[in-house]
Amino acid sequence: MPGGSVKAKAAAWGAAATVVLAGLIVAGSRNLAHFDAALVGYTFAVLFATFGVVYRYAMWLQRPPTALYWRKGWGLFLRRRRTGRNLVQLAGRLAGGFAFNAFIWKRNWARAAAHLLIMWGCILAAAVTFPLVFGWVHFASAPGRLDLYQAYVFGFPAQTFPVESLTGFIVFHMLVWASFLVIAGVMLAMRRRMRDHGAAAVQQFGEDFLPLILLFAISATGLMLTASYTWMEGYAYDFLAILHAATVIFTLLWMPFGKFFHIFMRPAQLGVGLYKDAGRRGEQARCRRCGEEYASRMHVEDLIEVERRLGYRYETDAAGVDHYQWICPRCRRRLPALAQATIWGDGPSAARPNE
Amino acid sequence: MVPDHLMFFIDPNRCIGCQSCVHACSECDTHKGMSMIHLEYVDRQRSVQTAPVVCMHCDSPTCAEVCPADAIKRTPDGVVQSARKPRCVACNNCVLACPFGVPKSNPGLELMMKCDMCYDRSSAGLKPMCATVCPSGALFFGTQEQVEMLRPRSEPINRFRFGRQEVATKVRMMVPRGRAPEFVDVVAAMEGRPDGAGDEPGRGDGFVPVDMLMASLYEDGGSR
Repeated sequence: MPGGSVKAKAAAWGAAATVVLAGLIVAGSRNLAHFDAALVGYTFAVLFATFGVVYRYAMWLQRPPTALYWRKGWGLFLRRRRTGRNLVQLAGRLAGGFAFNAFIWKRNWARAAAHLLIMWGCILAAAVTFPLVFGWVHFASAPGRLDLYQAYVFGFPAQTFPVESLTGFIVFHMLVWASFLVIAGVMLAMRRRMRDHGAAAVQQFGEDFLPLILLFAISATGLMLTASYTWMEGYAYDFLAILHAATVIFTLLWMPFGKFFHIFMRPAQLGVGLYKDAGRRGEQARCRRCGEEYASRMHVEDLIEVERRLGYRYETDAAGVDHYQWICPRCRRRLPALAQATIWGDGPSAARPNE
Repeated sequence: MVPDHLMFFIDPNRCIGCQSCVHACSECDTHKGMSMIHLEYVDRQRSVQTAPVVCMHCDSPTCAEVCPADAIKRTPDGVVQSARKPRCVACNNCVLACPFGVPKSNPGLELMMKCDMCYDRSSAGLKPMCATVCPSGALFFGTQEQVEMLRPRSEPINRFRFGRQEVATKVRMMVPRGRAPEFVDVVAAMEGRPDGAGDEPGRGDGFVPVDMLMASLYEDGGSR
C-alpha cells in the first residue's frame, strides 16, 4: 500500500475516534451540563491523545505481520464453534497475564512488582479521572440532605453515601491511593534502572526514564494538592493545580509517542495466543532438510506471505525446498558452518549461486 | 556504542565444542543466567564437529521486520537487540524467520531473547563474554588488523545468500584468503542431505573432513 494512503487511512481512523469520543463527552455529560469547565485542558489533551493513539495504532495495524495477526486473531476468536472456549481462555489470559502479570513475575520479581504497582495505580487513576473529566460522573449533595452525597453516572442518580464515612473517605481519596501505588512502583523501577548493568546498557532517557519521571510528577503534584487543602488551608493551591494539570496534560500528549503506547499494543498477545493454540491443533510443518516438525504449517505459510510483502526473497530453486522458510531453525544454525567448511574445501566454486 | 574499529569474527571450523562460550554467555548482564549462544553439532551421527551460533546482526534484520509488535530494534552501531520486554508478544515470528536460526523463545516468560553481542560489554569496548573465553579462536572480537595477523590465510566475509535473498551482517565469517566468494551461499551447503542420499564420499552434509578442518585450524599464526 502506498505510504500516503496508509497515513490517510490512519488519520481518518484517528479523526473518527476523536469525533466519537467528543460526541460521547457531550452526550454523557448531558449536553455539557455536568462538564467541569475547569477541566477543559484535560479534555482537549485526552482528545489529542485519542487522535494520536488511534493514528499510531492504525499505522501499526497496517504493517504486514501485524495485519496478519489482527486478521487471523479475530477470525479465530469469532469462529462459531469455538466462541465459548475462546471466551473461557480469554478470561484466563486476562486474569493471569493482565491482572496479575504472571509472565512478568517469571522474568524478574523487581520488574513485576514495579509493573503491577504502576499498572494498577494508573488503572485506578484513569478510572476516576476520565469519567470526571468527561462529565460522565459527578457528585452532589443528596436532595435535602447535606450529610449525604449522591453519585451521578451519565446524569442518572447512582449510589448514595454519607460524607463523613469510611466509604466517603476512600472514594474521595481514590487518587491518593493511586498515587501511593504509582510512587512505590516508580521507586522500584528507578532502583532497577540505576543498579542493573544490563538495563543500563540499553536504556534511553526518552524511552525508559521519562515515563517514570512523568508518573512520579503526576503523583507527587497530586499529593501536594491533597496536602494543601487538607493540612495547609489551601496554600499555593492554584499554582499546584496548574502544575498538576501540566504534568497530566504533557503525559497525555506524549502518550501516543512513547513507552506508554505499549498499553495499546499489549492486547495483541491475546490474539497471538489464539493463533498459537490453533497452530498446535492443526497440521505441523516438517523441515525440508531434516524432516523434523518445527512449527505449525499455518505459521510457516503465513510467514512466507509476510516476508513476500516485506520484499524479502527467500525463495530458492534448491530441490524440494521452494522457500527457505521451510528449513527449521536448527538446520539454519548448522548450514552456515557447513557452507564455510565447503568453501575451505572447494574454494569459491562451492559458493556459486544456485539460482 | 560499539567502537567502529572493533568487530566480531566467527570461524565455526575452529570450534572444539568445549562449551566455554555457552557458560560464559549466561554471565552477561543483559541476559543474566540465560545463555543466548547456540552450540550445534553440525551432524551428530557422522561428525563430532560443532559450531557456535551467535547473532550475525544483519543490516536489515528479518527478525525485526517480521515482528508484529515492532519489538526488535537495531542500535545506531548496528547491534540488533533482544525484543523489548514491554512489547514482545512471544509470537515466534522472529524465531522462525531469522535466516541464521538465532532467536530463542521463552514461552513461560512470553518473551523472545537473543544474542545482543553482550551489549553492556561491547558498547564499552569490551569483548562479548563468548569471545573472552573461546580457547580456539572460533569466536574472536577485535580489530581487522588483529584478525589479519592471527589468520594470515583467512579473510572475513559478511555477505550471505539464502535462496535469492542476500543478507549483509555486522558479524563476519572467516573464509580462505584469496579464494573468498562474493558471498557465502548457505543454501548451496544443503545440497547434500543429512540422510546421505546423493552424497559423494567426503562431501556429505555435516561431515567436515579433517583436511578441511586442518586447513583453517593450522594456518600460520595458529590459535595464538
